[in-house]
Amino acid sequence: MLSEQVLGMRVTQALEGNLPGAAVGGKLDRGELTIDIDPARIVEVCRALKADGYLRLAAVTCVDQYPMEPRFEVIYHLHSISRNERLRLKCRVSGTQPEIDSVIGVWRGADWFEREVFDLFGVHFRNHGNMTRILMPEDWEGHPLRKDFPVHGYKYSYPQE
Amino acid sequence: MAAGTLEHTPTAAAEPSRRRTMTLNMGPQHPSTHGVLRVVLDLDGEVILKAVADIGFLHTGIEKQCETKTWQQVVPLTDRVDYLSNLANNLAYCLAVERLLQLEIPPRAQYLRVMLTELSRIASHLVWLGTHALDIGAMSMFMYCFREREDILKILEMFSGQRMMTSYLRIGGVALDAPRGWEKVVGKFLSEFPSRIDMYENLLTGNPIWTIRTKGVGYMSLEDLLDWGVTGPMIRAAGLKWDIRKDEPYSGYDKFDFEVPTRTESDVFARYQVRIEELRQSHKIAKQALDGMPPGPFQADAPKILLPEREKMKTEMEALICHFKIVTEGFSVPAGEAYACVEAPRGELGYYVVSDGTTKPYRVHMRTPSFANLQILAPMLENTLIADSIAALGSMDFVLGDTDR
Repeated sequence: MLSEQVLGMRVTQALEGNLPGAAVGGKLDRGELTIDIDPARIVEVCRALKADGYLRLAAVTCVDQYPMEPRFEVIYHLHSISRNERLRLKCRVSGTQPEIDSVIGVWRGADWFEREVFDLFGVHFRNHGNMTRILMPEDWEGHPLRKDFPVHGYKYSYPQE
Repeated sequence: MAAGTLEHTPTAAAEPSRRRTMTLNMGPQHPSTHGVLRVVLDLDGEVILKAVADIGFLHTGIEKQCETKTWQQVVPLTDRVDYLSNLANNLAYCLAVERLLQLEIPPRAQYLRVMLTELSRIASHLVWLGTHALDIGAMSMFMYCFREREDILKILEMFSGQRMMTSYLRIGGVALDAPRGWEKVVGKFLSEFPSRIDMYENLLTGNPIWTIRTKGVGYMSLEDLLDWGVTGPMIRAAGLKWDIRKDEPYSGYDKFDFEVPTRTESDVFARYQVRIEELRQSHKIAKQALDGMPPGPFQADAPKILLPEREKMKTEMEALICHFKIVTEGFSVPAGEAYACVEAPRGELGYYVVSDGTTKPYRVHMRTPSFANLQILAPMLENTLIADSIAALGSMDFVLGDTDR
């Protein structure tokens, strides 16, 4: 649910007015605004926010909340240069078949960031066009930044010493 | 060379004559890629039809390693990300964690941070200038730039004990107070440096070969740069007056007087001009920090986060307990998330830090400028001459450690 504090922000009001129901939660913590977005509507939300002045996509990343479900939090850091505001969008994605729409149609700069999230977390971005590994070798098994991927060794099945 | 005659022809006009293409593998070991970057080029004669960047050769899983270290132990890892401007990396990480901890940083620590990050920005730009000029064929620039960089590395060594991997910043301040006699050494460097910048400009700015090789090369429009998420000197060379130090001041940058240089041509020469001007502005900031260095503590008053003084450990029980706790298990950081960004020499460097309330970070994401900036390699190189690609690559000023992490 959206708290009073988050609803008081201009960008949340604009988003609610444009796309009611797309924001499913949020918080204002230590001066940083985070809005939880329904993952099915991420592309239209991003398009609306870009029209609203958030011209820059600073980064896309992910947090693995293993073993919680929904497991993955896909994070978008947006920045409006004209308003000098930053905004964080968060989409919670299931761990069984992690998938979300790509925002490459809104910002082309999302390309490598989404490939990186796919490479290191295994979250698949639909309609990306080139969903391949970017940092790890092409034949790598597993996704290293997942919490159940061991730090030592290089396979899931690496025995504990 | 890019243009065979002294009359400069814009590269975009070079049209492919025949459709018989060749694939050229440039890198991963190539002098102009400044690290291990592989670019696969589809060529029609000397014209690049398509360029595909292949990165990841320097991927060392630093973000994964961060999750296994205590909060303070991550600082030396951040040094290894962008190894030419480690202090900017230290600073961005410390700012993010300090926001989670809600720590107040004393003015002396802020000034020391600003002065040394500006000096390391100068060092980073000097490496860029030297190698970029070397790629294009101006050999002697490299020697001059590295001579001045050596002076800065000596200053960093004086402060931290290390020339490159300084790890000088601590969460809550800096590791050590400024060493005895530092004002003289820094002052000597700063008094000499402006004449050195003039010398670089004498060698390059009016040089006809340099202008022919750089003007009109590697053009990208401001809209494209914004769309691709490019930051730093590259976007300022396209006319956007945006600098995080000015627009979202951190670490006390609002107390300093400096300009944000911009150009509108958005080519290799404009990026060169912006960075040269940034050298002057960084010098100006460092000079102000030197002159106005406030007295007082160099670390925040947080006994559970920063190690106590050696003397106190021998006389106070609590100091000894705090020392033991910090060294053995580290300190815990309140649960939450924070994104702090700084203006690194290459652009926006942001650290997104997630804490679950324990003594180790739950997740550290590094939004590195080289990673985002390198994406435009493909659109920038398309339909240009292969000789120009060296100049265009150099003007992007990427560090592969920063790209691959």
